[in-house]
Amino acid sequence: MKVSSSPFRAQLRAELQVLAHNGEQLLLTLIIPVILLVFFGTTDVLPTGFDDHMDFLTPGIIALAIMSSSMVSLGIATGFERSYKVLKRLGVTPLGRPRWLAAKIVTVLLMQIVQLVILIPVALILDWQSDDAQWLLAIAAVAIGSVAFAGLGLFIAGRLRAEINLAAQNGLYLLLLLLGGMVIPFDELPAPVAAVAKCLPSGALADVLRDALVGQADRPGTSWIVLGIWTVLTPVIAAATFRWE
Amino acid sequence: MLPTPTTKVKGVSADVPSFSRINRDEPSLVVDHLSVRYGDLVAVDAVSFSAYAGQVTAVLGPNGAGKTSTIEVCEGLRRASSGHVRVLGLDPTKDQRALANEMGVMLQEGGIYPSARPIDVVRQYCGLYGSGKTHYANPQELIDLVGLTERQKTSWRRLSGGEKQRLSLALALASQPRIIFLDEPTSGVDVNGRSTIRDIIRCLADDGVTVILATHELDEAEKICDRVVIFDKGKVLVEGTLDDVRKARRTVRLRTVRPLMLDDMPENLAGWLIEDAPCDYSIEDAPQGLIAALAVWLSERGIDVVELRTGMASLEDVFKKLTGGES
Repeated sequence: MKVSSSPFRAQLRAELQVLAHNGEQLLLTLIIPVILLVFFGTTDVLPTGFDDHMDFLTPGIIALAIMSSSMVSLGIATGFERSYKVLKRLGVTPLGRPRWLAAKIVTVLLMQIVQLVILIPVALILDWQSDDAQWLLAIAAVAIGSVAFAGLGLFIAGRLRAEINLAAQNGLYLLLLLLGGMVIPFDELPAPVAAVAKCLPSGALADVLRDALVGQADRPGTSWIVLGIWTVLTPVIAAATFRWE
Repeated sequence: MLPTPTTKVKGVSADVPSFSRINRDEPSLVVDHLSVRYGDLVAVDAVSFSAYAGQVTAVLGPNGAGKTSTIEVCEGLRRASSGHVRVLGLDPTKDQRALANEMGVMLQEGGIYPSARPIDVVRQYCGLYGSGKTHYANPQELIDLVGLTERQKTSWRRLSGGEKQRLSLALALASQPRIIFLDEPTSGVDVNGRSTIRDIIRCLADDGVTVILATHELDEAEKICDRVVIFDKGKVLVEGTLDDVRKARRTVRLRTVRPLMLDDMPENLAGWLIEDAPCDYSIEDAPQGLIAALAVWLSERGIDVVELRTGMASLEDVFKKLTGGES
């Protein structure tokens, strides 16, 4: 029987196996975004304020998918790995934290590729017009947003007990889904809530993705700055506060 | 890739990978005045002991005695508050990566994702040591070695307690270690599983590996260990070879057909007898002539003796005496 010849490859393979065996994470990262995209894409019940509601919905659902994979899925898995002492056990192998982190990042990236490969064709089937999309800018937004959300997910996972972490990650997911400017426009939220929502990474990522994919952002410059601040802050805080046990 | 030299393990169908040998006279683990503190709590208080290649060193002690904290410092998982530890000549904190390639670790519990299958986890761990070795441990051979062949595709959460322990041992062997730390390896394991684990541990030591065995199970430790370190309240109470520790407390076991009336006995006899149970007595560190005098006294009163045996104390006797009976 052959084995992977490097610690990184061995760990990456293990991460992907755990992901494939975890139905809840696949539900969160793939099935829910697709269901939301199909439901709101076919019913036109959202007061988007856009001429074509798919122009609002597609970037928002992509932002939601990125949040689910890089924050919720990563955070829940890491929280349970702490609880099950998987991280402690790996700590006495030659893997090392940089390669462990690299395996996590690549796992999230691969998951996001699968998300985009599914979501974009579904959006196109639902008559989303991608003619104005600036794909490189969108990829940059996805990359930066992923770092911000991953830092947030790891910060929560690194401090809370596994069960509380699970509830917190799912609760935050629901909160940002409803109030984060991804599916419901800021204009439809109460003014104080909208003011807060615009400062959240969810709203910022959805806004910069609308800028990149359809050229109809609310305030793209500010959103890029907001997203950049979260991208710097959350990994630093996560690294400083993370408890391996 | 170099061919893997192997050593036969009695009663086990697979082979244990052969491990590189080191000087058996030099200690491969040196703990020197190690202290570990958690806030105001002193968990480990200036303990010192050594362990040698080719030997099984049992680290014994009641709960909270400081065993796990000490071992975690040796593994590089925890920092010492003061004192020094050298493992294979390396500092576990500063040289953690180098040491990880030569060290096997079996945690007391957990360490594996519940949905993972044994064969996948063992393959992962063999891969984690891939770049630091001239040859890999073979995942299937490790699975066979610990007796999980039939259960290799069952998720971890569905394994029995003993099977989980055996899987954890397989992961510790994936590094083809020169030193291995085993925390309660036979906890929850059935009789056959214990025998398999004991055979593997003995084989590792015979092949030159330094085995550090932390356990509550004194009879298991007595069967396989060469050296003993007994902890209590953060201190090392005794350290030495198993025989030296047991010889230091020679005992006499006396069983009679009817209970002795100790109040009727002369003080120079009764003062030495410890009543373990009705008709069952022991004497520790008996002075010369005591046994003969006791035999004469019993004979004169027509009290039949069922058993009168002298010898070294069991490890359990020594342990109970030193720690006040709590294991």
